[in-house]
Amino acid sequence: MDLQRRGLVRWLAAALALALWPQGGFAQQADSPVTGPDDPRWQAIVQQARGQTVYFNAWGGSDRINDYIAWAAGRAEDLYGLAVVHVRVGDISEVVSRVLAERTAGRSAGGSVDLMWINGENFAAMRENGLLGEPFTHLLPSFRYVDTEARPTTVVDFGVPTDGLESPWGMAQLVFLYDTARTSEPPRSIPALLDWAAAHPGRFAYPQPPDFHGSTFLKQALIALVDDPAVLQRPVDEADFAAVTAPLWGYLDALHPNLWRGGAVFPQAGPQLIGLLDDGEIDIAFNFNPSEASAAIASGQLPDTVRTYVLEGGTLANSHFLAIPFNANARAGALVFADFLLSPEAQLRKMDPQVWGDPTVLAYDRLPGDWRVRFQALPLGIATLSADDLGTPLMEPHPSWMTALEAEWQRRYGS
Amino acid sequence: MAAPLRELRNGAPARRGWLALVPWATLAVFLGPVVLGLIGTLLPAFGILPALGGTGLTLTAWERLAAAPGLAGSLWLSVSTGVASTLLSLAIALAVLAAGYGTRPFAWVERLLAPLLAIPHAALALGLAFLLAASGWGVRLLHGLGGLAGADVFALPPLHAPLQDPDGIALTLGLVVKETPFLVLMGLAGLGQVNAARSLAAARALGYGRMTAWAKVVLPQLYPQIRLPLYAVLAFSLSVVDMALILGPGTPPPLAVQVLRWFNDPDLSLRFVASAGACLQLALVVGLIGLWRLAEMAAARLLRPWLTSGRRGTSGVLGRTAGVLGWAAVAGTSAAGMLAMAVWSVARRWRFPDLLPGELTLDTWARGLALLAGPLGATVLVAALASAIAVALSLGCLEYEDRAGIRPSTRALWLLYTPLLVPQIAFLFGIQVLLVLLRLDGTLAALVWSHLLFVLPYVFLTLSDPWRALDRRYARAALCLGVRPRTVFWRVKLPMLLRPILFAAAVGIAVSVAQYLPTLFAGAGRYATLTTEAVGQAAGGDRRTIGVAAVAQMAVPLLGFALALALPALAFRRRRGVA
Amino acid sequence: MSPAATLVLQDVSVRVGGRRLFQPLDLTVTAGRITTIMGPSGSGKSSLLALICGTLAGPLRPEGRVLLDGVPIGHLPPERRGVGILFQDDLLFPHLSVGENLLFGMPRRPGTATGGRAARRQNARNALANADLAGFFDRDPATLSGGQRARVAVLRTLLAEPRALLLDEPFSKLDMELRGRFRRFVFDHAESRRLPTLLVTHDMADADSAGGPMVTLACAETKAEP
Repeated sequence: MDLQRRGLVRWLAAALALALWPQGGFAQQADSPVTGPDDPRWQAIVQQARGQTVYFNAWGGSDRINDYIAWAAGRAEDLYGLAVVHVRVGDISEVVSRVLAERTAGRSAGGSVDLMWINGENFAAMRENGLLGEPFTHLLPSFRYVDTEARPTTVVDFGVPTDGLESPWGMAQLVFLYDTARTSEPPRSIPALLDWAAAHPGRFAYPQPPDFHGSTFLKQALIALVDDPAVLQRPVDEADFAAVTAPLWGYLDALHPNLWRGGAVFPQAGPQLIGLLDDGEIDIAFNFNPSEASAAIASGQLPDTVRTYVLEGGTLANSHFLAIPFNANARAGALVFADFLLSPEAQLRKMDPQVWGDPTVLAYDRLPGDWRVRFQALPLGIATLSADDLGTPLMEPHPSWMTALEAEWQRRYGS
Repeated sequence: MAAPLRELRNGAPARRGWLALVPWATLAVFLGPVVLGLIGTLLPAFGILPALGGTGLTLTAWERLAAAPGLAGSLWLSVSTGVASTLLSLAIALAVLAAGYGTRPFAWVERLLAPLLAIPHAALALGLAFLLAASGWGVRLLHGLGGLAGADVFALPPLHAPLQDPDGIALTLGLVVKETPFLVLMGLAGLGQVNAARSLAAARALGYGRMTAWAKVVLPQLYPQIRLPLYAVLAFSLSVVDMALILGPGTPPPLAVQVLRWFNDPDLSLRFVASAGACLQLALVVGLIGLWRLAEMAAARLLRPWLTSGRRGTSGVLGRTAGVLGWAAVAGTSAAGMLAMAVWSVARRWRFPDLLPGELTLDTWARGLALLAGPLGATVLVAALASAIAVALSLGCLEYEDRAGIRPSTRALWLLYTPLLVPQIAFLFGIQVLLVLLRLDGTLAALVWSHLLFVLPYVFLTLSDPWRALDRRYARAALCLGVRPRTVFWRVKLPMLLRPILFAAAVGIAVSVAQYLPTLFAGAGRYATLTTEAVGQAAGGDRRTIGVAAVAQMAVPLLGFALALALPALAFRRRRGVA
Repeated sequence: MSPAATLVLQDVSVRVGGRRLFQPLDLTVTAGRITTIMGPSGSGKSSLLALICGTLAGPLRPEGRVLLDGVPIGHLPPERRGVGILFQDDLLFPHLSVGENLLFGMPRRPGTATGGRAARRQNARNALANADLAGFFDRDPATLSGGQRARVAVLRTLLAEPRALLLDEPFSKLDMELRGRFRRFVFDHAESRRLPTLLVTHDMADADSAGGPMVTLACAETKAEP
């Protein structure tokens, strides 16, 4: 009985969505962005979202992030009458797998995932296989604050245009960590890292590709070692992969004997590097969140002598996003929550290293009222570099390079 | 269980009523979905997965699998760690049973059994990892000892550590620590069936030393009793994922981990390779169980003359010592690992090479409990339901056996163990699709059912031996007093078997709590359990929160075992005769 | 108290597959008499008793007719046959007290003078007192001596008001001195209740003491004689 009733409610919600949806179909792609919170299209979505439950599938490996999402869920409930459930997953690919299972079973509505935290390869794969629905970012009032110009990665995810299929949530730039109590002069370039490792065997590690951080290290090294980085911006099959990557493999062949555990064992996940640095097993770590070090110091995961730096010539940067699967059950609710997470209020809190420390995707100069001042006044923590110190971010290579690099790495070192 | 297979040939004995349906229902609940799940894995292996555009039969997936770098290494790693850990667990379990069974100190072995069984795999692996790591407790202890002796050893963590080693020694150790208690439990139950004490006494009266008497007289009777559980251990060790991720090497990883990587790869075309790999994993398990069986038969033939050679053997001090030390190592390692997790959960700063945290805090617990309250409820609910249903079905099947006067055929038992023998990754994706098709994904029913697949075999394993060991004449005496079979069941069998029944229920709870992949696949994110939380936390690498999750994850089964032991003791505190 | 009855076996045997355990047996056990069945181990004595009370199990199949007071009972489930049995072991339920063991088997007749709760308890207490076990009602069976437990087992069987009694070597585990006294205790009770009683034993002293007819189970050619 109860099940039936829930089924009915879902059906009604779906019917309502169809009825209320302006135009619908791919016509929307060309549709103009909403003018603001008062736009009737947005009002209809907010109306429809009230009372919905949004299942937000997101990595659950960090207390700080979990706490932040819990806060955001509470705010969404207050502001929009929305129930948000954080489904904490170990790896977002598990969620891709579930959406795929639903598609395999022919479920094109009423799916179990409403909103998911995603980027890069997973986004590309979902998009390629039609697991994402229609473009939606033009419907979000807060999207107009996004810094799409100075931060191009907010609309180009690993070289692939997002086309409105995912909404930027936060920024990432590769920074290196070291403990000033143990290391006075950390290596500031990829070639310098090789010499440093030879002088300090066993004191550097990178996670095993295809771990995200591990693959990132490969790309960072490749960009530094390749003759013409421009070739990396085009798909890999337009280049001579062997010739282009030969310097990288030569580099890794030389580096590996001097890695942590002699290069026989690799950390399995990026965050493990923080623990290894704290344990004194390694002296140089890296992370994709420029504020991670400050946040980890604040929470007691790292000593307060840890500092961060970037490599000469810049480090890789990208954004992470929120996407809505094609069969989301509470699409309206997902839109509303995605918009809230993009709002200045949510973005400011997210950037606070005492809370999470994830850089914003918003452009300060586009913000209304006193938000700009509040963003500028936010203390970023002792180990966080200023925007100037972070230098010029490097663009991610075309995603096909990452896949090819991972496969070749696996062939050379993973077996 | 599954008695109908044999029963139909015998003609129908009177008086079973609806009970006759229980074995059938148990089988249906069980095997149908597993078979469908396997089909759901088999088809993609041969190129059929319409959602990804696979519509025609091809062998591409197999070609890609064969060409996958490191496949041979992965296979070898799975085989070597799986077989070595199974042999070692079996040896320790048999040695400790031989050395201790029936002696007074053996009470300690039995007492430790429940808490050891309560430790979930993932928690144990995480604890063990901290003991073995280059900056772990082991090295810190050596540093501390060195300091006492005035030597500065390991001022920095050493370059090498026995963790995630390419040969899989750490993984093997972890598996041994986890599986030995289970084999001891199964051995104990089996010994109740074969009347070991009398056989042993008879052989020793003929002048045989304890260990020799055990090997020649008890072991041949006991082995058939623990064969199936042993195969389950072998299958588990060959296809373990969670422990392998934490303790095992990555270059290459064991086959099961590699298959999971393919399943989770952003490149969805690897799904086809993953399916082929899952089939290979299944073939590996089936093949090795077959080889193990052949080895058993060869060993039985070769050792036959030795049984009757008349050699009495010596006192077997060596074997006994090995058994005691092995058990002590297993129990000690588990305890140290869980202690490490507990200490981490209250640590704020705990740096190398400190033996204990420099700063303590309860913050991690405060945040953890707020976060874990929901998952805790779901964990308890699912575990209680799955365990209760498993106990009810097992009791129904066993009571049906009694009333119909039949024993299940070995074939039927094999069916029951299918979910334990078939690698989880080989059928869970298929089952996920099935659940979505039936619109059951993310429901409590689906979640409980998916746990039941793994809980039921263990509960049945744990319960059937004590049930069958109950003197059947009690039931006959009761019937001849004019009491109906139903009353006999409720008022004689259940109370007399209360302790094993509750113990089996506790085992069921422990198994349910430890399930990760089934929860993920059937729960559709609607249900988070302590285990999904623990794995999620582990991804973040913060040992303090991992510590909280691990301790919380262990607390539920531990409480289950505590109740299982306390309730009968309380209920029958004035009845000395209740075993 | 049930009226005196007669237990009749007609062409009774136990089959395993295509084989009989013993030659078909014809036997009439009259009320208040104790008939003894002798036979070597494995001749099927215990199986015969299991057949009569309806608890044959496994591959064993009954053959022939069993009548109690002229009524066939072979098709009835054990609990409705009204046949009581005493085994070698007392089989007192360890989770129940001595008194609860007795109450367990006593028929319930709610609303009658002898079937109410208080009456049943009183009845059990009286039976214990008559068997020199006064005050044992609340005792844990595990705290009783072997002889005491044996007597409680007899009381439990008799209080269930069977219409026939089967004795499956109930004396063999007791020591010599106790054995004679206990045997007398059982036989007296059986006779005073005029129960047709079948005793299975391989001890001549038991058979002599029973004083009734004696039957030897024949494995092969020998024909059973009444």
